[in-house]
Amino acid sequence: MCTMIVEKVKIDGSGKGSQGWFRLQQANVSYDHPYDAPYEHALNIDFVNESQGLSARVAVELSESAARELVRTILSVLDQAEANGHL
Amino acid sequence: MYTTDMYEGVLAETVTMTGANGDLINAYLARPLGKGPFPAMVLVHHMPGWDQWYREVTFKFAHHGYVAISPNLYLRSGHGTPEDVAAKVRAEGGVPDDQAVGDLAGAMKHVRALDYVNGKVGIFGTCSGGRHAYLTACRTSGFDAVIDCWGGRVVMTPDQLTANFPVSPLDYTKDLSCPILGLFGEEDSSPTPEQVKLHEEELKKYGKNYEFHMYPKAGHGFFYYDRPNYRQEQAVDGWKKIFAFLEKYLA
Repeated sequence: MCTMIVEKVKIDGSGKGSQGWFRLQQANVSYDHPYDAPYEHALNIDFVNESQGLSARVAVELSESAARELVRTILSVLDQAEANGHL
Repeated sequence: MYTTDMYEGVLAETVTMTGANGDLINAYLARPLGKGPFPAMVLVHHMPGWDQWYREVTFKFAHHGYVAISPNLYLRSGHGTPEDVAAKVRAEGGVPDDQAVGDLAGAMKHVRALDYVNGKVGIFGTCSGGRHAYLTACRTSGFDAVIDCWGGRVVMTPDQLTANFPVSPLDYTKDLSCPILGLFGEEDSSPTPEQVKLHEEELKKYGKNYEFHMYPKAGHGFFYYDRPNYRQEQAVDGWKKIFAFLEKYLA
């Protein structure tokens, strides 16, 4: 745990893990060592449902620039949805 | 030195040992075959968990003539793949220092009680494991050598202290009771070369027996052959320094 930078947020939705789809309960967002992405540190998001065990997890590990671009893109899409009366 | 006419054998298996608060935890134990007596090593896994790299390193120490034990410090977070378990621990902000120290002291007692151990026990860790190794060697008597490989957050600022990490490991330096070998990369961001220097100054201040090496063109985790940070030349040299250090203090 070399940075210990982590925040947790309650969320609603579904994720597709190794066992198929499951209801998401929480997202754990950290900036720390990734398991697979080729960086010393990455922006890691674990979408989890702890009530369904440790394997109920969808993991992404992003570079800093990818994470920032993703945030911008999500907000842009939500803005468009709102502008078009879908929200 | 190994020659091709020698017999070699290693037994490696999962065992159960007593950790902090008397908890039973699982550990990976590897030992050379033969009656010994052999020196022993406690191996402290890194932030990515009790994973394949640590099993392979446990075997490596046994191959080099050490009884090696690597306890599962993440056991309280449940069982699953090492990544799933470590992800949960990451979300929880790591394991409490007191618990890690208790588990590692338990591992030391476990191997010292084995009749094929020569009574000498060292401790080795990388990344968060390097920090835990140093912390344990300071807070527990009975270790004969400690190896800290790029342990981040040995030097902590007051704003980094929490209930799980109430004291900066640096502040325990005066209590260190065994020689220390430290291996670091000058491109690392945790610990930075400046933090390593502070650590070294503290060891010097208290007259401790230390040997620190700062490798150029290396960052964090330069031993990890499955990660992009692997640096072949520095890793080979680092392992040579580790086994020379242990030969000196655990034989």
